Amino acid sequence: MMWSWIPSNWQLIWQLTRENAYLGVVPALIGLVISLPVGIIAARWRWFYPPVLTVINVIYAVPSLALFIALIPAFGLTDTNVVIALTVFSLCVIVPNVVAGLRSVPDSVRQAATAMGYGPLRRLATVELPLAVPVIIGGLRVGVVSGISLASVGQLIGVSSLGYLFIDGLQRSFPTEIYVGLVLVIVLALACDLVLVAVKRVLTPWAVRS
Amino acid sequence: MSFFSWAWDWITQPANWHGTGSIPQQLLAHLGYSALPLIIAAVIAIPSGALIGHRGRGATAVINAANAWRAIPTLGLLVLLVVWLGFTPLTWLLPLVVLAVPPILVNTCEGVAGVDPDVRDAARGMGMTAWQQVLRVELPIALPLILVGLRTSAIFVVATATIAAYIGLGGLGRFIIDGLASNAYGPVAGGALLVVILAVLVLALFAGLSWLLVPAGLRGRRRQG
Repeated sequence: MMWSWIPSNWQLIWQLTRENAYLGVVPALIGLVISLPVGIIAARWRWFYPPVLTVINVIYAVPSLALFIALIPAFGLTDTNVVIALTVFSLCVIVPNVVAGLRSVPDSVRQAATAMGYGPLRRLATVELPLAVPVIIGGLRVGVVSGISLASVGQLIGVSSLGYLFIDGLQRSFPTEIYVGLVLVIVLALACDLVLVAVKRVLTPWAVRS
Repeated sequence: MSFFSWAWDWITQPANWHGTGSIPQQLLAHLGYSALPLIIAAVIAIPSGALIGHRGRGATAVINAANAWRAIPTLGLLVLLVVWLGFTPLTWLLPLVVLAVPPILVNTCEGVAGVDPDVRDAARGMGMTAWQQVLRVELPIALPLILVGLRTSAIFVVATATIAAYIGLGGLGRFIIDGLASNAYGPVAGGALLVVILAVLVLALFAGLSWLLVPAGLRGRRRQG
């Protein structure tokens, strides 16, 4: 470990960390925006879900590197390529949780809302979705954490991220660089995870705290 | 040209099907590199998951730890081991085992811990020993979940064995990494398509396995994970 490498390269390290954070977080957020309507439809019309789930299982089996490569003709060796690929992966973990979250709302709660005069849309927005928040955020957490970790693979097609430190560190046989990359990816992922746990607490003030 | 036409043109060239480093050879190598770590991981994770799940204590801790595990970037781990160990079998084996253990462990643990307490009581009431309870009641009931865990791990391993080509491992990733290095999109697309086909075959294999192995009484309440 060569500690002096860190201060003399902090600008590079900071830039790579920002790029990695962008590549990990943005796809999960886009994934959430797409997953909500898909999940709501799948929870409402049950026949729609099994085919969606099959597609999700197959897509999730595609290796990230293969998906990055498949998108090269359309998007080139760009950030957009990695963002789109990781968005697709985040859909695979978020959609099932949106469906599970909505299905976990007890029927009695739904009926009580209806009896109070709530229409289907208002009931969805003010009763069902808020109650599904913990499960939905559970999926978002997996999406963000694995997205940040997978973003480093984008370096193999030349999209800059903390993965640069792995590849450069290997080529120069310089472990310090690899340590820094590993620690930053893990810290970044866990930091985003903590933020999401905090968001969940703010959004579900009624939840029982231990 | 699209990804598929590139991939198809390359895969259908007869020259890529003969000699050293041909498609069949790398495909077999890829299967070998994937099967070995998966078997090792299963041997480690199924007994320990069953033990933790049977006791019931520590199950939540295991599940949380396994989720945090996802944060570890495989590429970084591979590269680190190359710098530490050089190119030994352990260099590629260790990261793949490390990747494959958590899904199997978590699903075994959840499956065994989630067995209906009434069923457990009935097993004890019939005079079963702790071993018999685990082997003859809890593990069969947990089997659908364990298979989902094995499937997830198998897919992780197949995908990551591709990345391992970057540190010099054979397998389908070779075509991708070498193609990228020489700016030839044909082998890159072809290799990627073959990996995708392999991954889908793994999915199909596990769908078949769960149909064969899961006791008839448990079918129809399979959980997805």
